[in-house]
Amino acid sequence: MSDTIVLKKGLNIPVKGEADLRISKAISPDIVAINPADFKGLLPRLLVKEGDKVLAGSPVLSDKKNPDILIASPVSGTVKEVVRGEKRKLLAVLIQADDDQQYLDFGVQNPDTMSAEQIKETLLKSGLWPWLVQRPYGIIANPDVTPKAIFVSGFSTAPLAPDYEFTLGGEAAFIQKGVNALAKLTEGGVHLSLCGKNFSNSPFRRMDNATMHKFEGRHPAGNVGVQISHISPIRKDETVWTVSLLGLAVIGKLLSTGRYNVRRKVAVTGPMALEPAYVDALPGTPIKSLAAFYGSLADETRFISGDILTGSNVGENGYIGYYADQVTLVREGTERELFGWIRPLRYKQFSTDRCYFSWLTPGRKYDMDTNLHGGPRAFLVNDAYYAKVLPMDIYPIYLVKACLAGDIDKMEKFGIYEVLPEDLALCEYVDPSKNNIQDIIAKGIDLMLKEMA
Amino acid sequence: MNKIFEKGGKLHWLHSTADAFDTFLAVPGTVTSKGAHVRDAIDLKRIIILALIAVIPAALFGMWNVGYQHALATGTTVTGFWGIVLGYWWYGFLRVLPLYVVAYAVGLIIEFGTAQIRGEEVNEGFLMTGFLIPLIVPVDTPLWMLALAVAFATIFGKEVFGGTGMNIWNPALLTRAFLFFSYPNSMSGSSTWIHVKPGEQLVDGFTGATPLALDGAAQYSTSVWSEFLGTIPGSVGETSTLCILLGAILLLWTGVASWKIMLSSVAGALIVGFIGNVTGATAIPCWEQLLLGGFAFGTVFMATDPVTSAQTECGKWIYGFLIGALCITVRLFNPGYAEGMMLAILLCNTFAPLIDHCVTSAHISRRNKKANVA
Repeated sequence: MSDTIVLKKGLNIPVKGEADLRISKAISPDIVAINPADFKGLLPRLLVKEGDKVLAGSPVLSDKKNPDILIASPVSGTVKEVVRGEKRKLLAVLIQADDDQQYLDFGVQNPDTMSAEQIKETLLKSGLWPWLVQRPYGIIANPDVTPKAIFVSGFSTAPLAPDYEFTLGGEAAFIQKGVNALAKLTEGGVHLSLCGKNFSNSPFRRMDNATMHKFEGRHPAGNVGVQISHISPIRKDETVWTVSLLGLAVIGKLLSTGRYNVRRKVAVTGPMALEPAYVDALPGTPIKSLAAFYGSLADETRFISGDILTGSNVGENGYIGYYADQVTLVREGTERELFGWIRPLRYKQFSTDRCYFSWLTPGRKYDMDTNLHGGPRAFLVNDAYYAKVLPMDIYPIYLVKACLAGDIDKMEKFGIYEVLPEDLALCEYVDPSKNNIQDIIAKGIDLMLKEMA
Repeated sequence: MNKIFEKGGKLHWLHSTADAFDTFLAVPGTVTSKGAHVRDAIDLKRIIILALIAVIPAALFGMWNVGYQHALATGTTVTGFWGIVLGYWWYGFLRVLPLYVVAYAVGLIIEFGTAQIRGEEVNEGFLMTGFLIPLIVPVDTPLWMLALAVAFATIFGKEVFGGTGMNIWNPALLTRAFLFFSYPNSMSGSSTWIHVKPGEQLVDGFTGATPLALDGAAQYSTSVWSEFLGTIPGSVGETSTLCILLGAILLLWTGVASWKIMLSSVAGALIVGFIGNVTGATAIPCWEQLLLGGFAFGTVFMATDPVTSAQTECGKWIYGFLIGALCITVRLFNPGYAEGMMLAILLCNTFAPLIDHCVTSAHISRRNKKANVA
């Protein structure tokens, strides 16, 4: 047990619309979508065609570079449509769900008696491998590599993030099984980081086969990348894997029941959500099945699968992402605010900057919208302005500028291996120059992938 | 925005200009397209307007002082509260106003033009630059010289580098440097600091030199108190340490300027000033150096410019210290120049990237060492 690591830098964005700790609805969707874009690093090959029958756990996609990596169907049913875009790019596979769900049986297994190879094989063929994400770069882990260690964040600090104690507290036994299995895949062990404040009550605090860490602080203290940089920073030529707590539970369920069961509690949050609460849903569930949460306000709402900093804008006709356990509804901020920037008070807006006065009302929650609040400019304020919200040993703007310049050597030096776009999401949020920092980092990572291949 | 400015519209070539006025009036209705879906309410317009507000006390006092110095020089002092407050101010205001008109007109035309050429939004950076320029030049600077200097500084100091945010030197100071080296007769000496109309009768013993040029000696009754209040000759906005301090409080409170730069600059000045005083290079005690010349104005409003200062926290300490130390060094050991603040800041602007490079390189090798141990 290590001491609590207290992170002083960071920011909790005070946005309205936290989900009540209750399940308002269990959704059994008619149609489920599998979206290849959810899987970073996947070059999708389609394994089914329209009209094919699938079971929950049947492979739908595989990776062209590594055909062992499979993406499975979350439901049993019939492939209804393969949606393609420009140049026949695969956009989504839609599956019409059966009324009566059938699961592909992978057999109950005990990870304690399995070898690393057997565990890998089970995870690969059951379609659960994509839950393992490799760092650097944040892509699906390469099964041929043995990682330095595996890291799990046991809490989320993202805006309006689901409370894992509520969503996964009852699945601690499955998570333990997942930990036991993954511990065999690495020499460095499984590292589970929990929130220092609630540690003594946490249902996850007694895990065997895992090294526990305690973190305290504002967002992004719950980001696994930030935690890794404080536990054992990633250096050149090192690979670590990360997995979410939900992923551990899913892996544990597969081993305990033999079933591919990715059902989860999804927090429906945000200022536009009516009575925000949790729903019981599958990945790929249509956003429209959440109609009760937004009523007639669809036109002025942005539908985000994920949180307001890192989620993706999926639209009313979109689907909940594969890894997502949160949906956020915010107003599209197309209204123009007269003399906004020169108004002394601007009471309705939140800003971390002392140029406004919202720091005087720390407890207040704000009805935020998607307005950019300004025009794009060159980087003008100092690196330190951004470093205030990044609790890592990194100069964020130097890294961003290295990415903009496409200078691989500088990117390496300034820490590209340690970060994913999500870690710099807050830098993007506070930026007075309104640059799309996450996009810049993502492009930098793509460049690294191309150059390193 | 009006349709004719949109793509395909008749006046599309003016869209940057139209856009600038449009976004000046109201926050644009642009929504986030990539990355974080919500953004902080802060933008550069807000930061710059606050920096501008911080300079206002110094600007207002500077105008008043122009009138006051004129009255002292010509012996036409008035009595009565309104005469002293408004009379002097109005006199100074009318003298300073043309400087503002010229600085803003020339600068903004170039700024709008280049934004137009690049097809970008007009940057608000020049609002601040244009506000500072008249405050750091003598009140009698010929307007054509000022126009030329502003054009030079804006084009070659800023636009060729890519506009606000990309420039290496503080554009306002570059304007002053251009004037200083091109037209030294109008920028220094004892006849430039006080506005006197041709043919006006001057009082006996009038020199018009700044206390710095006289090595701290008094001309009328220059006391430490008047140096602090600012009732001494000098560039328009630089004289009143009190008003500059008011601005400094706002800048530090809002976090727009770095306290590290300000503090280390003061420390650098005090140390060199102390050495100079002890070794007999000057009779001025080190603390009085802070009240004289452009030190306070430069430290608070110029050195802290986020674009041209050091970017790293550690670099800011070094950068600020060097500015303070260099400024006093020039004052004490260079017989040619009475004041060194402008040169100190411009020199440190030049070296700021190098300072940052050293700081970040040290950081990188420290990180690598940590990695080898682990």
